[in-house]
Amino acid sequence: MQFFLEVLIGGLLSGVLYALVALGFVLIFKASGVFNFAQGAMVFFAALTFVGFTEVLPGWTGLAEGGAVVFWLAFVLALVSMVVLGIATEKIVLRPLVNQPPITLFMATIGLSYLVEGIAQGIWGANVRGLELGIEDVPIEYMMEHHNILISSFDLFAAALAGVLVGSLALFFQYTKVGRALRAVADDHQAALSIGIPLQHIWAIVWGVAGFVALVAGLIWGARNGVQFALTFTALKALPVLILGGFTSVPGAIVGGLIIGASEKLAEVYVGPFVGGGIESWFPYVLALLFLLVRPEGLFGERHIDRV
Amino acid sequence: MSTEATTAGVRADPYLSINNIEVIYDHVILVLKGVSMSVPKGGIVALLGANGAGKSTTLKSISNLLRAERGDVTKGSIEFKGARVDQMTPNDLVRRGVVQVMEGRHCFGHLTIEENLLTGAYTRRASGAEVRNSLDLVYNYFPRLKERRKSQAGYTSGGEQQMCAIGRAIMANPEMVLLDEPSMGLAPQIVEEIFEIVKDLNAKEQVSFLLAEQNTMVALRYADFGYILENGRIVMEGEASELADNEDVKEFYLGLSSEGRKSFREVKHYRRRKRWLS
Ligand SMILES: Nc1ncnc2c1ncn2[C@@H]1O[C@H](COP(=O)(O)OP(=O)(O)OP(=O)(O)O)[C@@H](O)[C@H]1O
Ligand SMILES: [Mg+2]
Repeated sequence: MQFFLEVLIGGLLSGVLYALVALGFVLIFKASGVFNFAQGAMVFFAALTFVGFTEVLPGWTGLAEGGAVVFWLAFVLALVSMVVLGIATEKIVLRPLVNQPPITLFMATIGLSYLVEGIAQGIWGANVRGLELGIEDVPIEYMMEHHNILISSFDLFAAALAGVLVGSLALFFQYTKVGRALRAVADDHQAALSIGIPLQHIWAIVWGVAGFVALVAGLIWGARNGVQFALTFTALKALPVLILGGFTSVPGAIVGGLIIGASEKLAEVYVGPFVGGGIESWFPYVLALLFLLVRPEGLFGERHIDRV
Repeated sequence: MSTEATTAGVRADPYLSINNIEVIYDHVILVLKGVSMSVPKGGIVALLGANGAGKSTTLKSISNLLRAERGDVTKGSIEFKGARVDQMTPNDLVRRGVVQVMEGRHCFGHLTIEENLLTGAYTRRASGAEVRNSLDLVYNYFPRLKERRKSQAGYTSGGEQQMCAIGRAIMANPEMVLLDEPSMGLAPQIVEEIFEIVKDLNAKEQVSFLLAEQNTMVALRYADFGYILENGRIVMEGEASELADNEDVKEFYLGLSSEGRKSFREVKHYRRRKRWLS
């Protein structure tokens, strides 16, 4: 039982990260109808840019290597880069394609993902780096002593951070003027335009927020697994999450992320031995596929409200 | 741009004026073939015509929602309060006080009625209290919306959605509302209710209305002036009461003649009026 709980909790904690990346997809998909395949590449770009800055900043500024100042400066610079990348994508790649069919936009984002990966590696180099967030990956003693369960403090920290981020985004959408406008645009572009909501601003904001989310996810994953090209694929785990949760649902992204995270770990541990292991990497896709057969709109996918 | 000085009165005080515009969709589909009309300050002007006549296109060329549908004003000009507005974005226009209520209502289905109304104030740099006041004003005119304020707009009735769409436009604090087929698919008494409120808003809040309608007789009862559009051209215009009494209008729109529905082109009276066109 202890072991089961351990695996479950570990899975849920990593699921929070899937949820975070899925949220980036959902935001862009809702507001502009673009399925942004480049979201995974953006996670990679963000992590690499952050690490890159922590490496070069001490040389440029004479600040102490590994210090808090360098950390936050690199964070801010990476954040600015992500927002600029997001806004540039919207302006340069997607705006000229306005009114094109969704498949065209989707193809554009596939191209974009290669471009983004290429640019990131072109600037910062392609070798694998470590990323240090200053949070130790050790078991929490309290849980060890009292419940005999191993829970990594890093996982817990990451989950808390992602949770706070998801929560604040939800509040932002629900209660602010801009958040409301975002939801309005997601519902009906034309009507939003007719009351004077400037779509371009809204899209720029959404891409900027998606860039921010990608940065946080990239930092956490990068710190756990190292910053490397494979991050792009880890981030693509968001796809089964989306199928599970529905492409337009913020709660769906969260719950879907948790389910995928938990089930892939449980499957690895309990089913893996029978099939030779390594099922963690494909299990989510199978789960998503099965789910598609049963409930194609996803757990929380918004149904069209049809009433005339 | 020269304005044809044909009908005096209305054109003497140009507030919103459309001068001989031509509209083309997708670079090839010519829809408006030289439309001129004007709306005086504080007026309610009806733009009438059958399906596909170009009413919505005319309204969208004013509010500039046309471009999002690959339409373009290729000739002529549109002026509001003396300034050309035909190259402005919808956002600019809403800020200047012109807002469109689209055909088919277009409420934000997943937002509540109150959230819908609040989005209407997006372009305003107003304090929370001012927005609150506007909200109260809208609820005052549309008490039904107040009752349904917490409901998702997608689940409200057609009449409530139409009210929501008009209320949302009013939240922008407009001088002029371009109202596209408010009567569409609604029961007669709801239509009357909505038109009464429009008339009220016009009288008490000094909002001018340009109203596109197929429901000719109702529209003419509430409007001061009317234009009749057919096939992308204005074929008749006049005081609303005159139009309502006009034999051709009656014949065409109320089917009072024995031969059934006709085109204006076949109606004799109209040929004599047509001289000022093109
Ligand atoms: N986006 C578009 N692309 C091409 N043609 C269009 C487009 N929108 C409208 N049209 C055409 O323009 C003509 C006028 O359409 P419009 O919607 O302005 O008419 P309407 O008078 O509002 O009709 P209704 O009473 O049915 O609303 C129609 O023939 C229509 O097919
Ligand atoms: Mg129309």
